[in-house]
Amino acid sequence: MATEETDTNGDGLADALGVDSHSAGEAVGMPQLDFSSFPNQIFWLVITLVVIYLILNRIALPRIASVLADRAGAISNDIAAAEDLRNKAVEAEAAYDKALVDARAEAQKIIADAKADIQKDLDVATSHAEAEIAAKTAESESRIAEIRDGAIDSVREVANDVAKEIVSVLGQKADANTIKAAVEQRIKS
Amino acid sequence: MTGDIVQMGAYIGAGLACTGMGGAAVGVGHVVGNFIAGALRNPSAAGSQTATMFIGIAFAEALGIFSFLVALLLMFAV
Amino acid sequence: MAEDAAEGGLNIHPMDQFVVKPLFGGTEVNWYTPTNVTLWMALAVLCVVLLLVVGTRGRAIVPSRIQSVAELAYGFVYKMVEDVTGKDGLKYFPYIMTLFIFIVFSNFLGLLPMAFTTTSHIAVTGVMAMAVFLFVTILGFVKNGAGFLSVFWISAAPLVLRPILALIEVISYFVRPVSHSIRLAGNMMAGHAVIKVFAGFAVVALISPVSIAAISAIYALEVLVSFIQAYVFAILTCVYLRDALHPHH
Repeated sequence: MATEETDTNGDGLADALGVDSHSAGEAVGMPQLDFSSFPNQIFWLVITLVVIYLILNRIALPRIASVLADRAGAISNDIAAAEDLRNKAVEAEAAYDKALVDARAEAQKIIADAKADIQKDLDVATSHAEAEIAAKTAESESRIAEIRDGAIDSVREVANDVAKEIVSVLGQKADANTIKAAVEQRIKS
Repeated sequence: MTGDIVQMGAYIGAGLACTGMGGAAVGVGHVVGNFIAGALRNPSAAGSQTATMFIGIAFAEALGIFSFLVALLLMFAV
Repeated sequence: MAEDAAEGGLNIHPMDQFVVKPLFGGTEVNWYTPTNVTLWMALAVLCVVLLLVVGTRGRAIVPSRIQSVAELAYGFVYKMVEDVTGKDGLKYFPYIMTLFIFIVFSNFLGLLPMAFTTTSHIAVTGVMAMAVFLFVTILGFVKNGAGFLSVFWISAAPLVLRPILALIEVISYFVRPVSHSIRLAGNMMAGHAVIKVFAGFAVVALISPVSIAAISAIYALEVLVSFIQAYVFAILTCVYLRDALHPHH
């Protein structure tokens, strides 16, 4: 790439440092400042860099880039597939939920029906029982009334007799009708 | 001991030039220390600034390298 | 330095590992001579091929171990270029990837015992930095014309300061290739030299455990530094590229 200009650069550096290129590093000091080996190193460096560049640019980098792109593609495909599966799972879950809700509603309906039936039966039985109870009550009340009426008549008779006796004992003639009216009045009050 | 006074001066100068590397060391330590202090305050921003830290280190170090270069030139090129 | 240390029983030559030697005998190093530079650069190319070409041979959707490392490297550099330079910098991604992968492998191969570290040579890093510098400068002028000069004119600063800042910016702009190259070469060279110095101390029985422990510690540090320096080289290239593409910041 830049062999000539870098060569001159190396020599220029040597000149600038005021060092004789061939005497500096032979015996003493740093091999790095031995300018006689510079052309050799630069030559092989340039060759090496060009070779590496060609290898990278022609073979390695496109291949790695394509592998990375393939992987990214595969990953995004897989993600899309996973997304699909997830959606399917969500749908299945929704269907299952719906079935569950339906079943629950059905069960609710059946329970309600059964309850209604039972209620009906219960109502019928209750009304029967109530009618019976009412009949019995009425009968009992009529008998109680009869007994009471009987009792009142007896009381009246007894009261009339007692009053007539009391009046006759007091020595007066008692009018039956007057006594009866007075007793009647007393019982009423 | 052999050698002339010029060589002695060159060697002393080379040794003195090496003290410049201490300055570079202080500089690099300062950069990294401040980076870590900042990174501990805001760790989420640290990752994106690592490259900046290395650039800063490189610039701080460059000046130490000049003293190294001076030392080398005095040792071998004067 | 190296030859002075020979006295006193210790025979430390920390710089010998950096000497460029012809592979097949002889001492003459012509520009075409196959040297240890050639060998280790060829090994770097081999590693690149093994990782990025052979490793990804399967093109598997579910990657093998090597393939995922290759993809990791690709993604790392790609994201770095995208984050730092923006979308329009992705056109230059192959160049930055080339630099990054070469530096990473050279650094790591250089850590093998007996290895030669190609990136520890200023010639190598200097050529790369100079290539980046020239490329970025030419690209800046081609893309923006004279508007590229606004990279030196900081409109956020007070008007009085701007000429001074412009001067500083110009200097720092032209210093870029120097710091860019010497940073990498210096780090590599210093680390390896220090390991060699400690290895030289290991021959003294008294301190050899300390020395071996120190070598292990520094080796671990060097593994880290190898990667970080490659990263820094690449990210600075991205920063320079961003300046060229968007000089108005």
